[in-house]
Amino acid sequence: MTAAALSLRGLRYRWPGAAADTLAIDELSLLPGDTVFLRGPSGCGKSTLLSLAAGVVLPDAGEAQLLGQSWAGLGASARDRHRAAHLGYIFQQFNLLPYLSVLDNVRLPLRFSPARARRAGPGAAEALLERTGLPSTLWGQRADRLSVGQQQRVAAARALIGAPEVVIADEPTSALDEPLREAFMALLLDSCAQAGSALLFVSHDARLAERFARVVDLPTLNHAGRPA
Amino acid sequence: MTALLSLATRSAWNRRFVLALVVLSIALSTLLLLGIERIRQDLRANFSQAVSGTDLIVGARTGPVQLLLYSVFRIGNATNNIRVSSIEAIARHRAVAWTVPLSLGDSHRGFAVLGTTGAYFQHFRYGQKQALVLAQGRAFGEMPAGLYEAVVGADVARRLGYTLGQRIVLAHGDGAMRENDHADKPFTVVGILAPTGTPVDRTVHISLPAIEALHIDWAAGTRLPGQTLSAEQAAAQDLTPRSVTAALVGLKSRAAVFSVQREVAAYRDEPLLGILPGVALDELWDVVGLGERGLQAMSALVAAVSLAGLVAVILAGLNERRRELAILRAVGAGPRQVLALLALEGLLVTAAGVLLGAAACWGAVALLGGWVQGQFGIVLRLLPPGSAEWQLMAAVLAGGLLASLLPGWRAYRLSLADGLSPRT
Repeated sequence: MTAAALSLRGLRYRWPGAAADTLAIDELSLLPGDTVFLRGPSGCGKSTLLSLAAGVVLPDAGEAQLLGQSWAGLGASARDRHRAAHLGYIFQQFNLLPYLSVLDNVRLPLRFSPARARRAGPGAAEALLERTGLPSTLWGQRADRLSVGQQQRVAAARALIGAPEVVIADEPTSALDEPLREAFMALLLDSCAQAGSALLFVSHDARLAERFARVVDLPTLNHAGRPA
Repeated sequence: MTALLSLATRSAWNRRFVLALVVLSIALSTLLLLGIERIRQDLRANFSQAVSGTDLIVGARTGPVQLLLYSVFRIGNATNNIRVSSIEAIARHRAVAWTVPLSLGDSHRGFAVLGTTGAYFQHFRYGQKQALVLAQGRAFGEMPAGLYEAVVGADVARRLGYTLGQRIVLAHGDGAMRENDHADKPFTVVGILAPTGTPVDRTVHISLPAIEALHIDWAAGTRLPGQTLSAEQAAAQDLTPRSVTAALVGLKSRAAVFSVQREVAAYRDEPLLGILPGVALDELWDVVGLGERGLQAMSALVAAVSLAGLVAVILAGLNERRRELAILRAVGAGPRQVLALLALEGLLVTAAGVLLGAAACWGAVALLGGWVQGQFGIVLRLLPPGSAEWQLMAAVLAGGLLASLLPGWRAYRLSLADGLSPRT
């Protein structure tokens, strides 16, 4: 059996000061190269789950592991290094630093992780941008000159630079209209497959689910706050 | 670190319009700090350049600082005159090499008039024991032909456009009232001194008998009615001076300076005071030092205010940058790197302000130095920053770094609390 790229087991989390658990998950794991669609409306603990998976917050109970390494077993700086080296992250929107060029935005993770920079090697950012179909005349432009659809494609390229083992995408298509959404999904899934990255994709849009190997319903998975 | 530095630079550049105001305010406070330091140093240099080679200054009994101020710097007035016979007695002392009597009180268009003797041009020294040099003409001549002759300092000649042969009218006292002009006894400029950077440049020199001639028909500070004497009539009178304001004394050996000083103080015929110029200057610095420290404290406060502005601006912008912080966290920046980023930004802004302020200070000295010299007689030197300047600039920088730890700390807390989902 192969070790899971990302695994959450017996997870409990309660926001400080909250009366009840925000999140209670028994088991969720992604094998290398796995693609999982996590469906859920807003307000069902989605952001919390992603923060736990990315090791930005630590669970009150249970374990969250990236590549077999428990987040709780690492110090704060080591968690930042581990995340920088092995995880790509795409936000809903506003993924890019407006004051950097498109190319520098894609290279951003390499600044914080020498390990990832080594893996990426020279020319990785250009190769990834090439795949996005973004004309190379735009690569040197400031990121805020791009349209929303273009920005999300650049965000995908950034998440995938240096081929991280896991990519987490938090509703990346919610700001895109139909044709842009299709193009983005194709780019993201192809790129993940190419890099061998497992993809955890969160959305409330059930129409996107068919493209994924597995579909998980978050309200079903999370039994926190449910009447006993 | 270089990765963070380039990020901090570009992030700050992105908000340059707001930050430029902060840079400007830090630049102004740096200019203030450096400018005051420059003036402080140059003022001291100017003052200590003003007299050298004089072992004692003798005047009526008063405070040493006051005697120094009126005799050398033409600031303030003498409380009393001293008799010429007293100076003659001092001159007869075996340790005394020379004496130069000084008689002050009149003015010419804002410049002091000094009555003295030919010995002044021979013995007076300034700076590094430099003697006075006549740029044009000659010293005032002997009686009676040279009675109404004047030698003007370099600033007097330059500001008033005087050349040799110029006829000038001296004024009694500070020249505030026109009827106090000595218009009936005009003088002729016969010599113009080379610039010295000392009060000599702003002085009109005439002979002691000329001072007597000017005041022969005056008593108790006013013209005697019905006793007006013309210039020629005055010249025919006995113009032997009876009293002067002060005297410069040179000794044969500096070793005797304290014993001569004691003997001057113990002089029986009238109360006298002898001061060592260097010692009196130190006393002056003690007095001036209080004001200087006040000015320095004020400009330090101004610097603190502009650094508070820096903190306020960065803090105010932080809420809108929570998205930026979340992106940085997502690509692997730790909260400590976020703190470092904010601290670097503050440091960069402060450094830009300090550089701009320093440049402005040197620019101001270069541009306004001539004007300040003409207006206030202070020679401002265009020098590379000395240790005091470096210390001031380093202090502002350190203050900026320290102040930016505050927004840095706030960003650290925010990025810990927000993680990847900024609540904006």
